[in-house]
Amino acid sequence: MFQVRIHGRGGQGAVTAAEILSVAAFLDGHHAQAFPSFGSERMGAPVVAFCRIDQRPIRSHDPVVAADGIVVQDATLLHEVDLFAGLQPDGFVLINSARSAEDLGVADLAVGMPPGHLLTLPATSLALERTGRAVANTALLGGLAALSGVVSLASITEAIRRRFPGEAGRANAALAGDAAGYVDTLKEELSRA
Amino acid sequence: MREQIEGSQAIARVVGMCRPQVVCAYPITPQTHIVESLGLQVKRGDITGCEFINVESEFAALSVLIGASAAGSRTYTATASQGLLYMTEAVYNAAGMGLPIVMTVANRAVGAPINIWNDHSDSMALRDSGWVQLHAADNQEAVDLHIQAFRLAEQLSVPVMVCVDGFALTHAVEEIDIPGQDQVDAFLPPFVARQRLDPAAPLTIGSMVGPDAFTEVRYLAHQRLRRATDLVPAIAAEFAGVFGRSRPGLLETYRAEGAETLVVAQGSVTGTLFDVIDDLRDSGVPIGAVVVTAYRPFPAVLSPTCCRGPLEWSSWTGRWRRGPAGSWRPTSARLCDRAPRARRSSPGSVADP
Repeated sequence: MFQVRIHGRGGQGAVTAAEILSVAAFLDGHHAQAFPSFGSERMGAPVVAFCRIDQRPIRSHDPVVAADGIVVQDATLLHEVDLFAGLQPDGFVLINSARSAEDLGVADLAVGMPPGHLLTLPATSLALERTGRAVANTALLGGLAALSGVVSLASITEAIRRRFPGEAGRANAALAGDAAGYVDTLKEELSRA
Repeated sequence: MREQIEGSQAIARVVGMCRPQVVCAYPITPQTHIVESLGLQVKRGDITGCEFINVESEFAALSVLIGASAAGSRTYTATASQGLLYMTEAVYNAAGMGLPIVMTVANRAVGAPINIWNDHSDSMALRDSGWVQLHAADNQEAVDLHIQAFRLAEQLSVPVMVCVDGFALTHAVEEIDIPGQDQVDAFLPPFVARQRLDPAAPLTIGSMVGPDAFTEVRYLAHQRLRRATDLVPAIAAEFAGVFGRSRPGLLETYRAEGAETLVVAQGSVTGTLFDVIDDLRDSGVPIGAVVVTAYRPFPAVLSPTCCRGPLEWSSWTGRWRRGPAGSWRPTSARLCDRAPRARRSSPGSVADP
């Protein structure tokens, strides 16, 4: 089973991202489950959403504790919430930031992980460029697909188009593609280094 | 067809397929997605011949349905937590008048402290109100139980609560097999009221009864509710024939063969419980589970079984070591060699291992 935790703030689309990821996994032929962790959340408050992906039907409805993938939508959460609790040794971390892991003060975390498993992605900048809106959730999904390979980019973009019919869906699907391309380039550079 | 869909959306879709004639609800988390979707379906004309009535409270919502049901309409509502408690008086009236209303309870803790998350305190508070209470273990069962609930309610003239864990199920996006309209139509015939309010043929429903007859009427209601212990499995078997999915109805066992410990549970925690049981079985621990689907009427078959530790999922006070789910134990304690114990448990833990 591959378990994902998406950390964001209310209004950034963490819950929607988890839902889209689960639909993408479903389209890929996997079993998947997504659900939010709502409190009395409001715009700007820390939010967590979960997604499980497996080859077998998923029975548990517990929150994800042992995470194989952690997506951080908002880097201001980094030293505010225990984002990386339960991260598995071969897990993946994707942080929405134009800054490097060193700059963000999470280089220590990367040391214990396989090379290339922790990346920062300027998802908000990519989103502004492609959609004109500072909502980075679909970019991060494209990035996660490229980083982990747990779902295909084709299914991510299809799930995005189903969730947002019309132009919004087309733009966000293209944005996911942009982000996946960015991550692929980063991975290539890392493998050459 | 199998879809990746939110539990609430799936429930709303199948309730729509059951062709309700009056839906009346007041919004409360975590029930809102269900009634929002039904409101949209009615507005779009996806559900034909259905009136969606907005009201000022849960008490009004169920009161409207009591009137609509008494006038011969198929009726539906959904609520949770404080909302269910606010409609308490009407909950008893619906049962006493034998009205086949179907209600989803998106189970949520009762404040204070205010808590929008899941536990079973809300529906447990109304366990003796005369409604059938069915608990869904997962979203597929939630969908399937709603279709069966209308059949059961109308065949027996009792209201049915379908209890679905708030957030854990209502907000979970999962793979769910959504039936076709033709299947639902084949299983659920149009509602024909046994008696209905009609100016052309006046009658009284829910009339005044004195002490001379009150106990007798309540006794009849009790007997009628007990008939559900036969009808629930019969309807479940018929459901399996039409939809190709089989669940036993009253209760379900998991790896119970040769078990020295059986954990009794209900609701969405059972999925986690099954995973834990698989792990424990792999390491040689003889453990299994009994999942209670029908909490009211309580499956009598469980009483003489020596089970340990119901996984309580509701907060309670003032009763030593035993909550509502463990209340059947006085009966079983006499029948077991070893008196079973109940223990309050926290999410994901196994009581009395």
